Amino acid sequence: MNGAADMGGMHGFGPVVPEPNEPVFHADWEKTSFALNMVTGVAKLWNLDAFRFKRESIPPAQYLNLSYYGLWTVTLEHMMLEYGIATPEELAAGHALAPVKKAARTVTAADMTDMVRCGSPYNRPVPAPALFKAGDKVRAKNMHPKTHTRLPRYARGHAGEVVRIVGCHVFPDANASNAGEDPHWLYTVRFDGRELWGADSDPTVRVCIEAWEPYLEPL
Amino acid sequence: MAHDDGDRHHHDHGSDLSEMQLRTRALETILLEKGYIDPASIDVLIETYEKKIGPRNGAQVVAKAWVDPTFRQWLFEDGTAAIGSLGFGGRSGNHLVALENTPAVHNMTVCTLCSCYPWAVLGLPPLWYKSAPYRSRAVADPRGVLADFGVTLPKDTEIRVWDSTAELRYLVVPMRPAGTDGWSEEKLAKLVTRDSMIGTGFPKNPGDAS
Repeated sequence: MNGAADMGGMHGFGPVVPEPNEPVFHADWEKTSFALNMVTGVAKLWNLDAFRFKRESIPPAQYLNLSYYGLWTVTLEHMMLEYGIATPEELAAGHALAPVKKAARTVTAADMTDMVRCGSPYNRPVPAPALFKAGDKVRAKNMHPKTHTRLPRYARGHAGEVVRIVGCHVFPDANASNAGEDPHWLYTVRFDGRELWGADSDPTVRVCIEAWEPYLEPL
Repeated sequence: MAHDDGDRHHHDHGSDLSEMQLRTRALETILLEKGYIDPASIDVLIETYEKKIGPRNGAQVVAKAWVDPTFRQWLFEDGTAAIGSLGFGGRSGNHLVALENTPAVHNMTVCTLCSCYPWAVLGLPPLWYKSAPYRSRAVADPRGVLADFGVTLPKDTEIRVWDSTAELRYLVVPMRPAGTDGWSEEKLAKLVTRDSMIGTGFPKNPGDAS
């Protein structure tokens, strides 16, 4: 979708301001927000791509006004409502209301330790031969799905070169809509900066993205 | 860990609760009351990313790549396996790619779509990495962004910006500082800064080693 999250190439946000000796979190509630999002992921209440899609679906004016972890908390509220984990009345009350529907399974500290150690690989068995190989010229499709995609707007419609076949990975565009993992070949595609940003842009810039096969067409 | 949890709640009490504190606490309370999560699952995660996993991991990888040519080659061929051999991987580290800085090419990493970052080797990202200024400008004006960090590259150096659009996570391997011949991995690792592994900075000079 063409939401506020897809920021590459936007103007007007001002300079990058690094914070010296920045702490990992800036407030205790940020720790909680971070942890709740990780723990609900391990509970498999929804998949990561569905969560990302929900976050990107927050209206642009609201998205841009929220702090980073504020965005996580708001997204988690939406997900808990949509997936029936909480009701609007419970969110307003700040606790579970009777009759309380108990979880089938409780995420433990050991589950979280396993998650940190093992992660969740996204590579999958290969369904068909790869269409492209390193060195192939390709064009990122001009596409504007209203659903989730990981093809950033700035790359759409532009010509680039496949520099590497990454492997076969879960396709977020399908997974985010709970349409299954639908694995596809994933490629590293390199674009010349001038192709993306015009003749006046810095000639020394190259931009690499990871693009799934359905994002690309041969040139 | 029980102490950490107590602290976290203690700070939440009082009359100055922000809206986000209240809303986050509501979610936590509901998930706990319904039995979706054990309180210890939250504590262990916060402890892990506050205290255990951070840029020191990545610095070890870079220092080893500086002194061990066999490891270096393996690192650029199969980042996940080479980095995994040092005990780093798992969450936001299942698919790792090491990017080699040379006099001709400078690599820089970003996630324009949100905040993807190699937690396994760098910990959680700093606020600026997740901010709109960085996400919007890194792909279009990387030299301008580097200037915000006080970093200047030669005019003809190629700048290769890597946008983390999939589950691959990148680790920039900066060039080894001159004047460090014969240094041990441990000593070299102290020169490796977080920003040098994102591509927005350089390693420290040998004279700045502490």
